[in-house]
Amino acid sequence: MTVPRLLDAGDGAFTIEFGDRIDPALSARVAALDRAVRAAIAQGALPGVVETMPTFRSLTVLYDPLRTRRAEVQAALGPLLAAGDDAAASAGRQWRLPVGYGGEAGADLDELAAAAGLSREAVIDLHAGTIYRVYMIGFLPGFPFMGDLPAPLHRPRRAEPRLRVPAGAVAVANGLTAVYPWQSPGGWHLIGRCPVPLFDAAADQPSLLAPGDSVRFEPVSPARLAELEAAIAAGDVPVTNWLETDHAAA
Amino acid sequence: MPQPDVATVEVVSVAGLATVQDGGRPGWRRFGLPAGGALDPALLRIANTLAGQTQDAPAIEFFGAGPTLKALDAPLLLGLAGDMGATLLRPDGEQRRLDGWRSVLLQPGEALRIGAPRRARAGVVAVRGLRVAPVLGSASTFQRAALGGHAGRALAAGDRLQAAPLPAQPAAATLARVLRRPPKPVADAPIRVVLGPQADHFDADALQSFLSAGFTVTPDADRMGVRLAAAPGAALKHNARGSEVVSDATVPGSMQVPGNGQPLVLLADGQTAGGYPKIATVASADLARLALAPVGTVLRFAAVSVEQAEDAARDHAAGLDRLLATIEPLTLDGDVDLAALYAGNLVSGMINALAPA
Repeated sequence: MTVPRLLDAGDGAFTIEFGDRIDPALSARVAALDRAVRAAIAQGALPGVVETMPTFRSLTVLYDPLRTRRAEVQAALGPLLAAGDDAAASAGRQWRLPVGYGGEAGADLDELAAAAGLSREAVIDLHAGTIYRVYMIGFLPGFPFMGDLPAPLHRPRRAEPRLRVPAGAVAVANGLTAVYPWQSPGGWHLIGRCPVPLFDAAADQPSLLAPGDSVRFEPVSPARLAELEAAIAAGDVPVTNWLETDHAAA
Repeated sequence: MPQPDVATVEVVSVAGLATVQDGGRPGWRRFGLPAGGALDPALLRIANTLAGQTQDAPAIEFFGAGPTLKALDAPLLLGLAGDMGATLLRPDGEQRRLDGWRSVLLQPGEALRIGAPRRARAGVVAVRGLRVAPVLGSASTFQRAALGGHAGRALAAGDRLQAAPLPAQPAAATLARVLRRPPKPVADAPIRVVLGPQADHFDADALQSFLSAGFTVTPDADRMGVRLAAAPGAALKHNARGSEVVSDATVPGSMQVPGNGQPLVLLADGQTAGGYPKIATVASADLARLALAPVGTVLRFAAVSVEQAEDAARDHAAGLDRLLATIEPLTLDGDVDLAALYAGNLVSGMINALAPA
C-alpha cells in the first residue's frame, strides 16, 4: 500500500492524496480516512477543522487558520492515517433510480449507440444493467460522479459542451455516469432523464446521494416517467421510495 | 406611537448583481455546496458594525453601482462599507450627498441611492435587523442552486425585504456610526500564494514566470471566480504531466490553470472540485483583494509558506479587529454633522492623550 502524499492547498486546507486514478480501491481508502476524520471531528478531537471533502483519490481537510494550524492538524491526523488502511469499508446506501431513456433530456442516446456500434436498446441494457459506485459529489450541489461505466459506453466528453443541460439529465463521459441536479452548462453525453430530485436544501442530508452509496438505474416508459414527475412535484414520494428494497438483486 | 413589528426595505432599483450574503455556510462541500458568503468578509463586518449588529449578519453585497434602498413604513439603519458616494433621496425631492464607510438613517419614505465603490468591484450595504431565513445554516444566496438569500436569487427592483424595527431606546439617531480611517487600498503589494497542490505540473521556468509576470484581471469575473490573463507569450505552460488531473477538491483561492495557460482563481461560490492542475492557492488574507480588484488591474504573485500564509491570516484578522474598534458614533442630522465631527475629533484626541506612549 503506497503512502499518501500531502499536498499544500493554502492556509485553510491541505490534501491527502492516495493516487492519481479513478479506482474503487483508492476510493475505499479515501472513504475510510474520511470516516475516521469525521468521527474525530464529532468527538471534538480536531479543534479548528471545519470539514472534509472526499474525492475519487484524495481527501481534502479544511481548517480555520485562526483556530489551528496545518502542523497541528497534520500531527493529530497521523494516527488516523496509519489506521485508515484497515478500516472496514462501509456499504453506503443502495438506490434504484428511474430513468426515462432518450427523449429531450437524452438527446445523445442515438449518437452514443452509433458510436458504440450498438442498438439503442443495447445501450440502455448496458447502462441500466450495472451497479454504480458514487465516488464523489461535486461540480454542482448533489452532482454524483458514478462509475464504472461498462467499457463499450466509454466516450470522451463532447468537443463542444452544451450551454444548457436540463436538470435531471442522465449523462455519461469516459468511464463515468451522472445525473445533473440543476440546469447547467455541461460536456457529458445525455442519454435520459431521472425525475428524482438529487438535492433538497430542506432535507437532513441535502444531497440524496453520498460518496460510497451504490446506484442502479431502472428504465421506465415515457408514460411512467410523466406519472413519477407529477407525483414528485405533488410531494407524494418520500426519498426512501428510491432505496433498493431487494438487496439480493444488488 | 406604537412600534411596528416589522420594517420594510424596498429595493427601488439595482444596477449590477446584488445578493444577500453573510458569513457563509461551511460544512457542505462534500455534497457539492461551496461555503459562499461575502467575497470580502472584512467589508461585511464593517458594514454590519456600522449598522450596529453582529459582524456576520446577512447584508447586501453588490457589484458596480449599488442598489437604491427605501424605507417604507419605519426607519431603517444602513451600514455602507466601501469607498463610494451615496445620495439620500427625501420624499420632498431634496437630495443629500453622502460618503461611504458610515451608517445612514432612513426615515419612512426616504431612499438611499448607492454609487459604485472606487477601486473595487464590489461593496456591502448592511440593513440593521435584516431578516432572511437561513438555509443550511446561512442566509447567503447561492444562485447556481437557487438557494438562500431572497428567494434564492439576486435582488431585483420592486423586491421588499423585512427587517426588525429599530429599538425605541436609545433614539435611532444615536445609533449612527462612522469609520473615519477606512482601510487603505494596497493595490501594488503582490498577492501572496502557497504553491501547490499541483505545482508539479509546471516546470521551473513556468513557476518563475508565474511569480514574476503580471496577470490582468479580465471581465470574466463573478462570485465563482476571476479569470486572469497572462501577458502575451507568458501563458503558464504545463509540463509533461499535462493540463488535466482526475478531479480533486478545490477551495476558495485555488488557482486552476486550464490548457490555455490562463489562470482561473476560484472564490466563495466556486465549484468544490475540478480537473485542472492548481498551480497555487491564494493566501486567505489576500483573497478578498484579488476578488475585488477591478477589471484591468495587473496582479503579481509572491510565494509564501503555509506557516507564513497562516500568520498572514492572523495578522489580517487582528488588523480588522483594530479597524472595527475605531468605528465611532456619528450624529446624523446634516446640520450637526460638523459639530459631531468636531466632537469626535476632540474625543479621539483625548483618548490619544491618555494612551501610553
